[in-house]
Amino acid sequence: MTTLTKEAGAPVPADADAFLSVRDLHVSFKTEDGIVKAVDGLSFDLERGRTLGIVGESGSGKSVTNLTILGLHNPLFTTIEGEILLEGQELTTAKESELEKLRGNKAAMIFQDPLTALSPYYTVGRQIAEPFMKHTGASKKAAWERAVEMLGKVGIPNPKERAKDYPHQFSGGMRQRAMIAMALVCDPDLLIADEPTTALDVTVQAQILDLLKDLQQEFGSAIIFITHDLGVIADMADDIMVMYAGGAVERGTVSEVMRAPQHPYTWGLLNSMPRLDSDLSAPLTPIPGAPPSLLNPPTGCRFHPRCTFQDRVGGTLCVNERPLLAPDRASACHLTAEQKRTIFIEEIKPRLG
Amino acid sequence: MTEDLVLPAPRAAGAGSPGDPLLEVSGLTKHFPVKGGFPVRRTVGAVQAVDGIDLTVNVAESFGLVGESGCGKSTTGRLITRLMEPTAGTISYRGQDITHATRKQLAPIRSEIQMIFQDPYSSLNPRQTVGKIISGPMEINGIEPTGGREKRVRELLEIVGLNPEHYNRFPHEFSGGQRQRIGVARALALEPKLIVADEPVSALDVSIQAQVVNLLQKVQQELGIAFLFIAHDLAVVRHFSQRVAVMYLGKIIEVGDRDSIYTRPRHPYTHALLSAVPEVSLDEEQAASGGRERIRLAGDVPSPISPPSGCRFRTRCWKAQDKCATEEPPLIQLSGNLSGHLTACHFPEDPTIEARDEDIVLDPALAALEEGTDD
Repeated sequence: MTTLTKEAGAPVPADADAFLSVRDLHVSFKTEDGIVKAVDGLSFDLERGRTLGIVGESGSGKSVTNLTILGLHNPLFTTIEGEILLEGQELTTAKESELEKLRGNKAAMIFQDPLTALSPYYTVGRQIAEPFMKHTGASKKAAWERAVEMLGKVGIPNPKERAKDYPHQFSGGMRQRAMIAMALVCDPDLLIADEPTTALDVTVQAQILDLLKDLQQEFGSAIIFITHDLGVIADMADDIMVMYAGGAVERGTVSEVMRAPQHPYTWGLLNSMPRLDSDLSAPLTPIPGAPPSLLNPPTGCRFHPRCTFQDRVGGTLCVNERPLLAPDRASACHLTAEQKRTIFIEEIKPRLG
Repeated sequence: MTEDLVLPAPRAAGAGSPGDPLLEVSGLTKHFPVKGGFPVRRTVGAVQAVDGIDLTVNVAESFGLVGESGCGKSTTGRLITRLMEPTAGTISYRGQDITHATRKQLAPIRSEIQMIFQDPYSSLNPRQTVGKIISGPMEINGIEPTGGREKRVRELLEIVGLNPEHYNRFPHEFSGGQRQRIGVARALALEPKLIVADEPVSALDVSIQAQVVNLLQKVQQELGIAFLFIAHDLAVVRHFSQRVAVMYLGKIIEVGDRDSIYTRPRHPYTHALLSAVPEVSLDEEQAASGGRERIRLAGDVPSPISPPSGCRFRTRCWKAQDKCATEEPPLIQLSGNLSGHLTACHFPEDPTIEARDEDIVLDPALAALEEGTDD
């Protein structure tokens, strides 16, 4: 995480050094049932060459945040407040033509399902070559050669021939490799990977994760890695941000969040996830209840209806007041730092086995 | 889970005692024909989805079936519930051959073998109320429980942790986890002896997944129902099953007790699968030492239309030799294995629980990139 100087409370001014800086972002959608506050007051920073892992359940706002960064939302139904700065350039108010120059060039995205993200109409090689031609002005031939080179780099055997294939001729793992090749073809500074391995088998997932890590070393991009799988995050990311119901509830480096988590929701996630070495005699400890509807989110702390530690805070603080997330290593919870530490060590850690 | 389950006493009569085989499958095969050609479409090949598998599920036991997509685990589940007609092999339930039993012959058995499906959004009829959905199986089988069907449905709703007042609601009023509970209640309606659960939790969020796993476990243990638990998540299967079989490309390649499979796997594929699971390491030491072994296979699973000769895993295996291409390894008990732990491999791994010290990286792109970064 970058160093932020101002204390919690008012929106923190953007960090001049940060490569990507999101400040107090609010995204809401108009729907038939009312206004959905998909992202509600989110701030984070990302430095070059680092990987930020965003974990959260479905509907926590993790994907919406990243679609907003690239301007991929539908402007007719979306209201955006706050700032997104990419190398000092403000993106929320940027014109479509400016965003177009950015997408696929400076910032690229890898989607979850490669079969729907690739066009069935064009060859894989052509789809990889297209952004390269558009952004660098390269000739058709040079772009094709670049596409073949990229396919080779991501481990497609016989790339010269396979570039002429259509997506349906590729297997799931190969399609995801082709997506990665497409995302990296213009050497982007920011790569957003939205659940890139969720649709893949575990042996293929391991290959793709290693590939992304190795490619990052070579290309030096900053990566935002979105997933619901804590294991994948622990493997991939440098920093973690845990999201719940449209806001960040905890952030820190991987080892901070995994070994000394502070937020009851993070505890719940760690506890409810079966692991290959967990104790089998005890049942899993799920988080009670279900994620809230964002049409009508709970007052105060968004997690309070499902939180089992509410009484430790006492009073009506959790119900009435939304806890703030301080910069750097922090968690948005009304428990005191001392309580968080002792609860984790005495009550949560033993259950993790 | 906070809810207290109100469970009826398990039915003892005719259920057999734990340890007796309930379901026996041998040589089960399912080939889907591939058509092609013009003007007359002929069968030009077959997708060998399941190719000669043997397995036994005992009374009141939870049997896990793991494997990657396309390995035939779901097809196996559907063959056993007789939703599909097997190409070859036999399925016998409590000693009775049901492989090609007619609808009429199957009728009494249908109520004893139930299924829970993966997607709770498509497996419930949106136009029926929860009460109707859960009482459906009783209606079809003409079962009139004491106190009436409605009372029984309310009981079942309570068992799966839903409010009995929700009897008249429709599926869209429930969240994914609650819908899966409705699916479980429907499966329990006829007091089955075997439930085939096909990826019952993989469509759910992590925090909800644990709720449903706990519910299934409670149902399994307290009602003494045998489960065939099909899933791709190794950690969930480990949590739920007493015995586990690993499938690859239509074959069972290793089967045994949970502990022997997870701590002393002998088949290279089982090793690779376990090492590929991304895990949270909770203590510093484990993380610093790298802890677990790292095996990265090359490529994807081959096509089941023309699977490799001999051992089907040989194309991705680092131990493969000529013998693997010509001779198919039988599923046998290797020396050093506990009884019941069967492995199909010519060159099995050592029966140790130690992690290997060297990485195995077969993926050419990974190997090239890693060599480049080391310099």
